[in-house]
Amino acid sequence: MGDNLTLLIDSLPQLWDGLLITLQLTVGGAIGTVLIAIVLGLGMLAPTGWISVPCRVIVEFFRGTSLLVQLFWFFYVLPIVLDIDLGPLTCGILALALNYGAYSAEVVRSSIVHVPKGQWEASMALSLSPARRMFRVIFPQGWALMIPSLATLQIQLLKGTAVASFITLQDLNDRIDILRQATGDTMFSYTVGLLIYFVLAWLIQVGMDALERSAKRRLGRGDGKKGLFSRLTGRPEAKVVTA
Amino acid sequence: MPPTESGGTPAIEFRDVVKRFGDHTVLKGLNFTVSPGERVTLIGPSGSGKTTILRLIMTLESLTGGYIDVHGEPLTHEQRGGKRVALPSKRVRANTKRIGMVFQHFNLFPNMTVIENLVEAPIHVLGMAKADAVEKARGLLQKVGLSDKENEHPSRLSGGQQQRVAIARALAMDPDILLLDEVTSALDPELVDDVLQVLRDIAEETDITMLIVTHEMQFARDVSQRVMMFDGGVILEEGHPDDIFTNPREERTRKFLSAVLD
Amino acid sequence: MSWWNWQSALDALPLLLQGFGTTLVATIGGTVIAVFLGLLIAVLLRTLPAWVNWLPKLVVAFIRNTPLIVQLVFIYTLFSMNEALIQVPALTVGILVIGIHYSTYMSESYRAGIDAVPQGQWEAISALSLPPVRSFRSIVLPQALRATVPSLGNYAVAMFKDTPFLMAIYVTELVRTAEQIGGRTFAYTEAFTLAGLIFLAASYPTSLLIRRLEKSLATY
Repeated sequence: MGDNLTLLIDSLPQLWDGLLITLQLTVGGAIGTVLIAIVLGLGMLAPTGWISVPCRVIVEFFRGTSLLVQLFWFFYVLPIVLDIDLGPLTCGILALALNYGAYSAEVVRSSIVHVPKGQWEASMALSLSPARRMFRVIFPQGWALMIPSLATLQIQLLKGTAVASFITLQDLNDRIDILRQATGDTMFSYTVGLLIYFVLAWLIQVGMDALERSAKRRLGRGDGKKGLFSRLTGRPEAKVVTA
Repeated sequence: MPPTESGGTPAIEFRDVVKRFGDHTVLKGLNFTVSPGERVTLIGPSGSGKTTILRLIMTLESLTGGYIDVHGEPLTHEQRGGKRVALPSKRVRANTKRIGMVFQHFNLFPNMTVIENLVEAPIHVLGMAKADAVEKARGLLQKVGLSDKENEHPSRLSGGQQQRVAIARALAMDPDILLLDEVTSALDPELVDDVLQVLRDIAEETDITMLIVTHEMQFARDVSQRVMMFDGGVILEEGHPDDIFTNPREERTRKFLSAVLD
Repeated sequence: MSWWNWQSALDALPLLLQGFGTTLVATIGGTVIAVFLGLLIAVLLRTLPAWVNWLPKLVVAFIRNTPLIVQLVFIYTLFSMNEALIQVPALTVGILVIGIHYSTYMSESYRAGIDAVPQGQWEAISALSLPPVRSFRSIVLPQALRATVPSLGNYAVAMFKDTPFLMAIYVTELVRTAEQIGGRTFAYTEAFTLAGLIFLAASYPTSLLIRRLEKSLATY
C-alpha cells in the first residue's frame, strides 16, 4: 500500500493531465448541452410546424441513437463525408453536447409547459411581446423547474465523457489504466479513479443545488437546504426523461 | 344609463360572436355593446360563458365566429371584401395595450418584486421612461394601500394584497377598458372587502369602462349601471341592477339570484 | 453520394444484425438483473435501520454517479486476474456490471413508486393488523409497480443505448461490429450510419410505447 501511494504520487502529473481532458469535455459538453437544450427545447414549442417539427426530429434522433455511435460518426464518418476533421476533443464535445443536449431539450420543453397558464395569460393581458414574455416571465420560472433534471443530466454527461478514450483521447479514464499498469494493483487504481469521478459528480450536484436555490429565491420561495452527504445519495430527479 | 344604440362609438361591440370549445358551443351568436365609461356586470350560472366573454376581449381565447370591435376598431378579425380575415398578431397586441385584466388567481409574476411587476409592461410595451414608470407605480401602490410592499416578492403577500397589486399592475397601463374576472373568488372572506373597496374607488375616480364577472351582488349593484344575465350562451335579460336584482323578469334569473344571494 | 456505397452497406448488414443480437442479449440480461436487484435495493433501503442505512446508500450513490465504462473495465480486469473467474465470458461480466449499474437507478423508480402509494393504504394495513411482509407483497407492491413500470422501461431503453460501452471489454456488440467492419473495409460511413439507424429503429418505437403506457397508467 505504501508503494502504491508513492506510485500514485508519481503518477499525479499524468492523472492531472487526464483530469484536464475530462474537465474540458465536461465543461465544453455542459455549455453546448445547455445552449442546444434551450434552442431545441424552445424550438419544439414554436407555434409553427416549420420550426417545431425539425426540432422534435433532431431531439428524437439524438436521443434514439446511442452516444457512442454519434461519437464514432463524428470521428470516423464526418471526415469522409464532409471532409472535415474536427479532432478528437471537438468530436467528443460535439457528441456529448448533442446527445445530452437532446435529452435536456426535452427537460426544457416540459418545464416551460409546466409554468402555470396564468403566467402566460397575465403577460398576454399586459401585451408583452412574445420574446419578452418568454425570457422575462416564463423562462425564469421554468428555469427553477428544470434545474434538478438538468443536474442529473450533467452528471450523466460527466460519466459519458469516459467514452473519450475510445477516440484516442487520454482522459481520466485512460490515465486510470496507466496507473493500474504502474502499480499493478487494479483495486487500488480503479478505486482512486472512480473516487475522482465521484467527487466531480458531487461538485456538479453542489453547483446545481446552489443554482436551484438562487432560482427559487428569485421566485421568492424558501430554500430547502440539503445536507452535504444527502446530495448524491438522494433521489435522481424522477421527472427526468431517460428513454 | 341605457345601452347605447345611438350616438358615439361604443367602447366594446360584439357582433354575432360565436365561441366553441370542441363540440361545445359556449357563445351562440352574441350581440351587445358597451358604452365608454359604462360599468357592466355579467352574471349567470357557471358555464354560461361570462368569463369567456372577458377572455375573448383580452384575446386569451380565439373567436370561432363573428367580430369584436373596440372603440370602433376591429380587435382580432375584420371584414375585408366580404370575407372574415384574422388580423396579424402584432396588430392584435397593439389593440390590447389599453385593455387591462385582473384575474381570479392574481397571476403576479413571482420572479419580480411588486414594483417590477408594475413597471414591466409600461416600460417595455408603452415605452415609458423608467423613472416615470416607477413614479407612476408608486402612486398606484399608494392608492391600493401597499406603498410599503414595493420591494417584496408577491409570494410574501396575502391573497388580498396580491390582488390589489394585480389591480395596480393593470392600472399602470392606463387602460380604457378593465376586465375583472371573479377577482374576489379565490380570496379568504375577510380579505374581500379591501379589494372591493379599491375597485369602488377606481370606479368613482376614473371613467374606465369596466366589465365585471362577480358573485358579489352588492358590489355589482354599487358600481355597475347595467347587469347582463347569461344562460346557455345567450343574454337572458339585462337592465339596471336595481331592476334585475329586485324584480327580474325571468324565472331563471330569479332562481339564480336566490341561489347566489344565500 | 460518392461516400455512400450501397453494396458495402448490404455487405455490412448481416454482420451488424449479428452484433445487434449480442446487444439485445446484453440488454435483456442487464434488465433482468436490474429489475430484481433494483427492487431488492429499494426494499433494503426502506427496511434497514437508519444507523446502517448510510452505507448501502453511499454504495448505491457511488455506483450511480461514476462512469459505467470505468466500472466495466475495472470489474473485467479483476475477473481476468482471478484464476477462478478468468473463464467467465466478457459478455457475462458486462451483463452483470450493466445490470448492477442500472439497478441503482431502478431502485429509485421503485422507491418513488412505493412513496406514491397513498398513506391511507399503510394506515389501513396497520389498522387491520395485517402481517407486514405479506401485506407489503400483496397490497403495497402491486400499487407501487403500477407507477413504476414506465420508469423501469425508460431505464431499460437507456441501458440499451449504453450497451455499446461493452466494447470497452471486447464484447462484439453492434457498435464494435461496426468499428471492425470500418477498420477492415473502410466502410465506416455505411457501418456507423446503419448502426445508428438500427438503434433508432429499436429505441424510438419502444420509447413511444412507454410514453403511451405512462399516459394510460397515469389516469386510473
